[in-house]
Amino acid sequence: MKKWVKVAALLVVVLALGLAAGCGGNAQKSAEGDTIKVGVNFELSGDVATYGTSCKNGILLAFEEINANGGVLGKKIEPLVQDNKSQNREARNIAERFVSEGVVAVLGPAVSGAVQTEEPVLTAAKIPVLAPAATAPEVTYDEKTKKVKDFIFRVCIIDPDQSQVMANYIYDVLGLKNGAIMVDKNNDYSVGLGETFKEYFTKKGGKIVAEEGFVSTDTAFKPQLTSIYSKKPDFIYVPAYYNQVGLIIKQAREMGIDLPIMGADGWDSPKLVELAGADNLNNCYFTNHYSVEDPSDLIQNFIKAYEKKYNTTPDAFAALGYDTAYLLAKAIEQAGSAEPEKIQQALENIEDFEGVTGKLSYDEKHNPIKEVSIIKLENGKQKLIKKMQPKH
Amino acid sequence: MPDLLQQLLNGLSQGSIYALIAVGYTMIYGIIQLINFAHGDVIMVGAYVALGCALKGLGFIPSLAVAMLTCAILGVLIERVAYRRVRPVSRLAALTSAIGVSLFLEYIMMYFLGADLRTYPAGFFPERTYSLWGITINNKDLLVLGTTLVLVLILQYVIYRTRTGKAMRAVSFDGQASQLMGINVNSTVAITFFISSAMAAAAGLLYGIYFNSVQPLMGLMPGLKAFIAAVLGGIGSVPGAMLGGILLGMTEALVAGFGGSMYRDAVAFIILILVLLIRPTGLLGKGVQEKV
Repeated sequence: MKKWVKVAALLVVVLALGLAAGCGGNAQKSAEGDTIKVGVNFELSGDVATYGTSCKNGILLAFEEINANGGVLGKKIEPLVQDNKSQNREARNIAERFVSEGVVAVLGPAVSGAVQTEEPVLTAAKIPVLAPAATAPEVTYDEKTKKVKDFIFRVCIIDPDQSQVMANYIYDVLGLKNGAIMVDKNNDYSVGLGETFKEYFTKKGGKIVAEEGFVSTDTAFKPQLTSIYSKKPDFIYVPAYYNQVGLIIKQAREMGIDLPIMGADGWDSPKLVELAGADNLNNCYFTNHYSVEDPSDLIQNFIKAYEKKYNTTPDAFAALGYDTAYLLAKAIEQAGSAEPEKIQQALENIEDFEGVTGKLSYDEKHNPIKEVSIIKLENGKQKLIKKMQPKH
Repeated sequence: MPDLLQQLLNGLSQGSIYALIAVGYTMIYGIIQLINFAHGDVIMVGAYVALGCALKGLGFIPSLAVAMLTCAILGVLIERVAYRRVRPVSRLAALTSAIGVSLFLEYIMMYFLGADLRTYPAGFFPERTYSLWGITINNKDLLVLGTTLVLVLILQYVIYRTRTGKAMRAVSFDGQASQLMGINVNSTVAITFFISSAMAAAAGLLYGIYFNSVQPLMGLMPGLKAFIAAVLGGIGSVPGAMLGGILLGMTEALVAGFGGSMYRDAVAFIILILVLLIRPTGLLGKGVQEKV
C-alpha cells in the first residue's frame, strides 16, 4: 500500500514540474542578454538524417564565421541545436521549447512536412521561421485561403520550378518523349513534383506512358518496375527521398533496366551512392539548388571552409543551410534590432541577397526566384550539366 | 507472359524471406501458443550483427554464422527473462510481454546505433544478374530461395527424426503430460527459441542484403507480413509457414505489379482477416478440437 502512495506522489510531482516548465517560458520573448538566441531544429537522425545534418553543419559554419567577425549588432549569435529525429511531431515539440527559451528566429527543419507541422506554434508566437530546404509551395502560401503565411520564409526554390526545369531539359535537350513517373504516395513533396512534372511535360507535347506509386515503408519495387518497363518508356522520373530512390535505382538496374532515371533535390545525399551503388547511378540526372562545380569565388570559398571544418564536400542542403544563416544575420542587421517581429519585416524587404545558392529576393508568396542546376551522376560523382531559369 | 512470370519470380523471392521469418513464428506458436512479436526485431538484430561482422572484414558465411549464434543466444535470453515466468499465468500476459520486448529491442538499437539507414559494404555479396527468356534473375533471388529451402528441410528433419524434435512435438501436444513423462519442458522451449531465433538472424541477413539496407525498424513490416503468412499456412505448421510465405509474396507482387501498388499492404491484411474468418486453422493447419 505504502509503495503505491509513494509512486502516486512521485507522479504528481513529475506532472507539476512538467506543467510549470510548459507554462513558465512564454513571458521572456525578447532579445535581452548579450547573445542572440536562434533555434536550430533539424533532422539529425532518422529517415532523412543526411538532409538535416548537412543543413545544420552549413548553419553552424556560417554562425562561426559571423561570430568571428564580431557578430551582429555587436552581439554574438547563440545557436540552440535540437534533433527532431525526422519526426514531424518532435519538430513541433522542439518549436514549443524554443518559444519558451526566447529565441528570436527558428531555422529548419529541412523537409516541408516538418516545417508545416511546427509553423502554427511559431506563427502564434510571432517568431519568424527560415526554412532552408522546404520546397513544397504550400509551406509559405495557403492555397485554400489565398493567404501568405507571414512568418515563414524559404531559401530554396519551390518544387514546380524543379519539375518545370526537368521537363524542359528532358524534352528539349535530351529529346525524350515518353516518360514514366514513380512517386511516394505518402509524401506531399513527391506527389507534388510528380503532378507538376506531368503537367509541364504533357504541355510540351510529351507523353506519360506509366504512373506508379509506392508507400514510404516499401522496400520491394520490382513489381512496379516490371510493370513500368513493359510500357516501354524512354525514361523514369522518380522524385522521392534518397532512401527509397537508392533502392529503386538498384533494383531497376538489377532487372536490366538501363533507362535514364531522373529526380529532384531529394536525391542529394552521400547515402544515395551507398544504397544504389556507384555504377548503377550512371545515366541518372536530378535538379538541385547548387553545384560544387560552380567556379564563382563565393561558392569555392564556402566549399573550402566547409571541407576544412567537416572533412566532406558540402551538398546542396549544407549550402542552403549556410545561406539561411547569413540571410538571418543580414535581416537582423537591416532591422537594427533582434526582435522577432522586426526581423520578420526586414526579411519581407530583403533584396538581391547574394548567397551560395544564387541571388535571392522574395516574390509576394515568400518564394525566392532562383536558377535551377541540373546535375548528372557519373560513377557516383555529381557533374553540373546546365543551369536553367524557371519561368513564372 | 514474360511479365507475369517476372512478377511471380519477384513474388517468389520476397515470399521466401517471409517464409523464413514465418517458420520462426510458427515454431514458437506451436510449442507455447505465443505469438512472439519480438521475432521481427530479432531479425533486425541479426542484420546488425552481420553488418558489424561485414564491416570488420568477415565474409558472407562467417558473418551468417556469427549472426545466427548471437541471435540464438538472444532468443533463449528473451524467453528466459520475458516469457518463462509469465507463460503459466496467461497467454495475454506473455503476448504483452512480447510487445514490450519488441519495442525494447527497437529503441535500444536506435539509442546506441542511431536511426540511420546503413548498408552492407560493397562487394560483401558479389551480385550477378542472369537473363533467360526475357526474365531476369539475380543471384540474390536464388540465394534467398535456396537458403530458405535448405533451412526448412533441416528443420523438418530435426522435428521429425531426432529425440529433441520428438520432445518438441510432445511439449506442443500437451506440456503437462510430457512433463510427467520426464521431458524437461523448459529446456525444450529454450531449444525452440534457440533454433527459431537463429533462423530469424539468417532472414535478417538475407533481407539486409536483398534490399541493401539495415535500420532499427526494419523488422516491423516483414514481421507482421510473416505473421500473416504463418496464419495463412496454418500457424503451428512448418510446411504451412513456407507455403503461406510464398503465396503471400506472390500475391503482393501481382497486386503491386498490376496497378494496385497502393493496396499491397491492405491486401495482405485482408488475407489475414479472411483466413481468420473462413478457415482459422489455415491451409495446412490441423483442426484441433477444444479440450473439455
